[in-house]
Amino acid sequence: MESSLNLNHLKDGESAVIRSISADGALYHRLTGLGFRVGKAIAVVRHGRFKGPVQVRIGTTDIIMRRSDAEKIRIIATAAP
Amino acid sequence: MKRIALLGMPNTGKSTFFNRLTGASARVGNWPGITVDLLSAKIILGNMVAQVVDLPGIYSFHGFSEDEKVVRDFLESNPVDAVAIVLNAAQLDRQLPFALQVVRLGLPTVLLLNMADEARHLGINIDARKMSEILRIPVILLSAKYGSGFQHVTQNLARAISANVTAGAGDVEQAFAEDHQIEAKAADLLSAAVRSPKQLPENTSARIDRVLLHPWLGLPLFFLLMFLLFQFIFTLGKPMQDGVAWALTELRTLWLEPLMAGLPAFANGLLLDGIYSGVGTVAAFVPIIILFFLVMTLVEDSGYLSRVAFLMDALMARLGLDGRSFVMLLMGFGCNVPALMGTRVMRSRDLRLLTMLVIPFSLCSARLQVFLFITAALFTVETAPAVLFSLYLLSFTTALLTALAFKNRFVSNEPFVIELPPYRLPTWRQIGLRGWHEVRHFLKRASKFITAGVVAVWLLTHIPTDVPASSSETLAGYIAAWMAPLLSPIGIDAQLSLALIFGFVAKEIVVGSLAAIYGLEGDALMGLMAQKLDWVQAYSFMLFTLIYLPCLSTVATLRTESKSRAFMLGSILWSLLLAWLASFAFYQGARLFGF
Ligand SMILES: Nc1nc2c(ncn2[C@@H]2O[C@H](COP(=O)(O)OP(=O)(O)OP(=O)(O)O)[C@@H](O)[C@H]2O)c(=O)[nH]1
Ligand SMILES: [Mg+2]
Repeated sequence: MESSLNLNHLKDGESAVIRSISADGALYHRLTGLGFRVGKAIAVVRHGRFKGPVQVRIGTTDIIMRRSDAEKIRIIATAAP
Repeated sequence: MKRIALLGMPNTGKSTFFNRLTGASARVGNWPGITVDLLSAKIILGNMVAQVVDLPGIYSFHGFSEDEKVVRDFLESNPVDAVAIVLNAAQLDRQLPFALQVVRLGLPTVLLLNMADEARHLGINIDARKMSEILRIPVILLSAKYGSGFQHVTQNLARAISANVTAGAGDVEQAFAEDHQIEAKAADLLSAAVRSPKQLPENTSARIDRVLLHPWLGLPLFFLLMFLLFQFIFTLGKPMQDGVAWALTELRTLWLEPLMAGLPAFANGLLLDGIYSGVGTVAAFVPIIILFFLVMTLVEDSGYLSRVAFLMDALMARLGLDGRSFVMLLMGFGCNVPALMGTRVMRSRDLRLLTMLVIPFSLCSARLQVFLFITAALFTVETAPAVLFSLYLLSFTTALLTALAFKNRFVSNEPFVIELPPYRLPTWRQIGLRGWHEVRHFLKRASKFITAGVVAVWLLTHIPTDVPASSSETLAGYIAAWMAPLLSPIGIDAQLSLALIFGFVAKEIVVGSLAAIYGLEGDALMGLMAQKLDWVQAYSFMLFTLIYLPCLSTVATLRTESKSRAFMLGSILWSLLLAWLASFAFYQGARLFGF
């Protein structure tokens, strides 16, 4: 069960640790550039209405991404604060 | 000559730094991907002349979007003597690996940790000296926006270019090949020289976002904000515009007319009624346009554009576009050309093309001048703003309908992942630079296109000289007669159709040529127009002007950016068709209902 968790499973305000990034080539490099790295903590700030994008925070950087892209970020859930 | 390249991730302040270093006025904005082309300027460093090159931001050298290709092509085909890396000091955790990759190119490098002010605010403590010792390159903590930390910049850049290690960076690819050690090295550097607070306090941006990105209020607030800004420009700009128009009329009656009274009628007419009225009528809009761009600067620099992308992405996705496409539509309100170029950040060609297809419908500031002019002439002070606003809504509607019509021809599945920068406020200096930039831009257009356009229109309406001016026997009359079968069903008369033809070159010419055709300006011109046209015709004309064709520069940009003549022609045909249908439906519909 744990292994299939991805970013879309987090609710607003929840955070987790990035476990793997299953994106290819260009997207992988873009994500790395934006701070997505295995082992980094990531928090979901909010979701857009009407299945809109999700806003996440890694360190001091905020990023918005579509849910179809968020799916590619696999996570390890951390205990709720 | 020595060459210095500015490298860094998008939105780190490269252009701001470039402007401060060279005194240039590169476009700055709080949106990743404002710079999409090279810009260079020369400065004197020590006893040498150096060319500084501002480049688009890149996330890595593995990118393949057009803006990233610009950087790569530049580095591969131009020898560079030194590199200045610009990083966001508040985001070193993710940006340092990029810097280390650039350092590996082996060129003399200066590392600039920009936005020191923001890092300090967040409680991030950076030991630049330590970092410099470890990396063995100069590391400078600075704020390009406020100018702190600059005293060390020139001296270090001068030293870097005198090292004489020019490299054609043909080894770009190789330098970026393996990344594993870099990650570890960056982590070491970070722990040695940077101290960040464990828990970041909730900052102002996050608090503002709770309102502006509110699940229910977000979108209504966006439209409200747009409306308020529009009202602001209109209420403040209108008196300024009237003032300039009045001054220009006074100048004409008090000075120019007596001065030119001795000239032959033809020359007098061309100079006064043609050029002076034409260009003067357009010039009256300069204050309102400057005001408009100042507001645009405020919006672009605030960081709200990325929020708009967030709010609009869901809707845009259904139209085959994404949040960035919508932001480009908004930028198109200023001028369509930079908006078209801004699509370079998109990797997928289909997404880019679809976005480029909708941008020309964006009601740019030049079209705004035409509409301000006509609404002032034909609508009451109370209804004019509503009429104008309806045109903005129609501009969105035609853009979105176009996307809907073509989304199945341009299918893409481009990822949508962009950064959301903190809210920022432009400094007076930045606002001033932008205003000045727009004035210069206008003067350039006025001295070329606009003057040429009004002269051509005046000549066409006054040749041959032995028939009444603007009558059906002039050259203009023939052209209009030839266009009439197409344009009279949509309520556009002979004079207006001539204005439309030349309006293709630049939309300001529409206003300028109406002045030249009637040989009047200011209130007199508006009065005459009100006699000649009713509001249905006027609205139909505005509708047509909005949609029919973007200006020549936009069409040329469509061609170069799409690298396809067929695409450009297709876009033109579609706009013409849509414009005619929209005006026809409106004009005939209104007449049918007895207006
Ligand atoms: N607080 C602060 N903001 C800055 C500083 N330097 C630049 N900015 C702001 O950061 C934003 C981006 O600046 P730009 O100069 O356009 O950044 P860029 O690196 O050229 O961006 P791209 O062209 O998109 O790659 C703008 O809103 C600037 O006003 C700084 O030192 N401090
Ligand atoms: Mg820039």
